[in-house]
Amino acid sequence: MTVMPFQRPGEKNGQAPGTAPVVIEARDLGLVYQTPDAPVTALEGVNLTVRRGDFVSLIGPSGCGKTTLLRIVADLVQATSGSIAINGMTPQEARRKRAYGYVFQAPALYPWRNVVRNVMLPLEIMGVPAEERRQRAERALKVVGLEQFQKKFPWQLSGGMQQRVSIARSLSFDPDLLLMDEPFGALDEITRDNLNVHLSRLWAETDKTVIFVTHSIPEAVFLSSRIVVMSPRPGRILEVIDCDLPRQRALDLRETPEFLDIAHRVRVALRKGHSYEEEGH
Amino acid sequence: MTALDTLHPARPTLWGRLSGGHAVPVLTVLLAVLALWYAAAVWMNAPQIRDEAARNNVELSTAELVGRAYAMERPVLPAPHQIASELWRTTVAMAPTSKRSLVYHAWVTVSATLAGFAIGAVLGVVLAVGIVHSRVLDRSLMPWIIASQTIPILAIAPMIVVVLGNIGFTGVLPKAVISAYLSFFPITIGMVKGLRSPDPIQRELLHTYNATESQAFFKLRWPASVSFLFPSFKVAIALSLVGAIVGELPTGAAAGIGARLLSGSYYGQTVQIWSALFMAAFLAMLAIALVALAERAVALGRGGRL
Repeated sequence: MTVMPFQRPGEKNGQAPGTAPVVIEARDLGLVYQTPDAPVTALEGVNLTVRRGDFVSLIGPSGCGKTTLLRIVADLVQATSGSIAINGMTPQEARRKRAYGYVFQAPALYPWRNVVRNVMLPLEIMGVPAEERRQRAERALKVVGLEQFQKKFPWQLSGGMQQRVSIARSLSFDPDLLLMDEPFGALDEITRDNLNVHLSRLWAETDKTVIFVTHSIPEAVFLSSRIVVMSPRPGRILEVIDCDLPRQRALDLRETPEFLDIAHRVRVALRKGHSYEEEGH
Repeated sequence: MTALDTLHPARPTLWGRLSGGHAVPVLTVLLAVLALWYAAAVWMNAPQIRDEAARNNVELSTAELVGRAYAMERPVLPAPHQIASELWRTTVAMAPTSKRSLVYHAWVTVSATLAGFAIGAVLGVVLAVGIVHSRVLDRSLMPWIIASQTIPILAIAPMIVVVLGNIGFTGVLPKAVISAYLSFFPITIGMVKGLRSPDPIQRELLHTYNATESQAFFKLRWPASVSFLFPSFKVAIALSLVGAIVGELPTGAAAGIGARLLSGSYYGQTVQIWSALFMAAFLAMLAIALVALAERAVALGRGGRL
């Protein structure tokens, strides 16, 4: 158990735990795709409450609906049953108010723009004046450690650096909610560890709420304050595991008994949801 | 020597550098073509020379035959040096203001080419934007656009020249219309492909920023389409040149490369025809080089790659 005093997410200035404002409230959320063969239930009966300052990981095997849930929050796809509110608004209203930043698995940068102009893209669309755009873009690049690479073009950067630019772009307009869909999935493990530390530090230093889709158990446990374990056929939430590791995290945390204990609980939950069994059992 | 050495030969000698680049292969092919040409010139001009010699009851040795084949006034196939001297005579050695100067004729054709290309480019881009943004236009316009290119241009060109001439438009405009007709098609097709090239992930990203349709166009679709635009431009400007020349053929225009070709064929001046052909080919190369230069300039603004 932890010895040092630490701050739980959302706990500021003596605020009691679990009372931070609710950012996302999903009740009995469901999504059924109509396909030519038979309807596919991507999500069923999802109940989830995310409070401000949470780092929530959605983990599960392919087809468990984790990306679908994220996309519903982002208003990239609409649920067919149940309700969901983001800051008290529908997903569409939240998207119109630019309440979140979305990071895809691929960097999705514009090859005809250099790094700083790529980061300025959302600010241009939101009509931020030029000088302020540049300052905010430079600040965002500094957060991810790429302020030296402003004038470079995407094809001159490595995969990990491109993904960091993509994260900087989602931070440039300073949204309170970050939605990340397996952002480090296409990178090698060493780069991934590095970026996990960057992201964890970013979360610890700000009060942002993050929803993070992953299929890596160590990554989920390392980054999160809450881990949502999902399972497929139909996509549903199996268990929500609270992860009360300290907010400031270093890589050697991954060898501590507390970490391994939580990772074990995640694995047990995945096994209970038949995630480790083959199809047909 | 390993297999890798044959891929990247390291030969610092002069011969090594010349043969490793483009110069030696191009020169070799050029010399081969010239050799074949000189041989063909003798072969094709020989019957005419022999007939003339027979009429004058003169015996010709092979050397004399070859010599005369390269110096005929109206050869069936001119020798390269004849074409070269005609080109020199009508370009460098003549004032460009003269009505016989090839430079003057080239300029007449080029002005129609550029005007037609400009009209075709604007038309092509406007059509492409309409097709991409409106399903109605996509379904209704595309078949007509494709059908328009199936009609032989030699059939339409006289009609356009005559119709526009009756309304009072002569000179550059009818030729520019024909050029535009030929050049808008590759630009439309290329632009449609380019405007549709961004991935769904890019469009979803803009959706999360709540971008408007016009913001998506100017920030994503239009820049993405530029790399498709330049190859289309190269095809289009070559076709535009063809259109300008074809526009000069049907009603016997007085000036232009097509006019030169026509008058050369009327008066049997084969050397004139061939020099006009070479000038047309040179103009086409120049036009495409101009587009390539513009492409380089745009690429530099984008960090070196298009």
